Amino acid sequence: MTMSRDEIFRKVQEVLVDALGLDDDEVTAQATLMGDLGAESIDFLDIVFRLEKAFGFKIPREELFPIENMMSNPEFVNNGKMTEAGLAEIEKKMPHTDFGDFANDPDINKLGNLFTVNSIVNYVESKMASNV
Amino acid sequence: MRWIWIDKFTEFESGKRAVAVKNVTLAEEHLHDHFPGFPVMPECLCIEAMAQTAGILVGEAKNFQEKVILAKIKKAVFFDYVKPGDTLSLEAKIESITAEAASTTGKITCGEKAIAEIDLMFSHIDRNIGGKEFPDENFVFTDTFKSLMRGVVFSEPD
Repeated sequence: MTMSRDEIFRKVQEVLVDALGLDDDEVTAQATLMGDLGAESIDFLDIVFRLEKAFGFKIPREELFPIENMMSNPEFVNNGKMTEAGLAEIEKKMPHTDFGDFANDPDINKLGNLFTVNSIVNYVESKMASNV
Repeated sequence: MRWIWIDKFTEFESGKRAVAVKNVTLAEEHLHDHFPGFPVMPECLCIEAMAQTAGILVGEAKNFQEKVILAKIKKAVFFDYVKPGDTLSLEAKIESITAEAASTTGKITCGEKAIAEIDLMFSHIDRNIGGKEFPDENFVFTDTFKSLMRGVVFSEPD
């Protein structure tokens, strides 16, 4: 099954509207899950479950939202900032993410801003391409 | 002691679905105030009954080794009142379950009548994303709680 990026976006939008109790027009491509859409940690698991159902593939733990295990590792996080090693690690683990200017001020409180609607669409798109 | 809000399980398919029964009685004092002259079961307590039904189903799926906590009410839609004397049937199904969490769907009926649809998410809190630590003792699944399932999952004592 092939889907256009637009179709994937609409399906992701539907998942987020249901999971977070939003209106369609709030879920824009640039919206951040935590900041703009108000997602909390349990919502991330809910979103993963719903995406699996909507797109019909398994999403391994850590693939879509992989940062949780890195937070307690001093090699990756020091004094509330992501280290060089940490930055290299998340860029490797999250190839579907646009990091923008995060590297200039890698405050871990801003990590939430990296999870945008677009990053989910990118993830699903790459996943579908690799499953064909 | 734990507050138990369902009476027994009538069906139990490990890791898949369970059906529990809750009898509603006017001896429950909150019904006297909710509302005076018109006693109906508060909808939040219908959610509690489903949370216990589905929560035990999720707990049993991992042999009661996880602390299963209600984390999110994904959906709660009510179609009718529940009154004293009603016998509710609560059917819960596991939709997804992973090491960290589970999601369930549920229906409450009273005889043929649809009462509610309640979909929930549970967290296995020792595996929470925030890395918070909790006591070793499993304060969720105490022996009283497990006794509900005697005859359905555990064999009857001789």
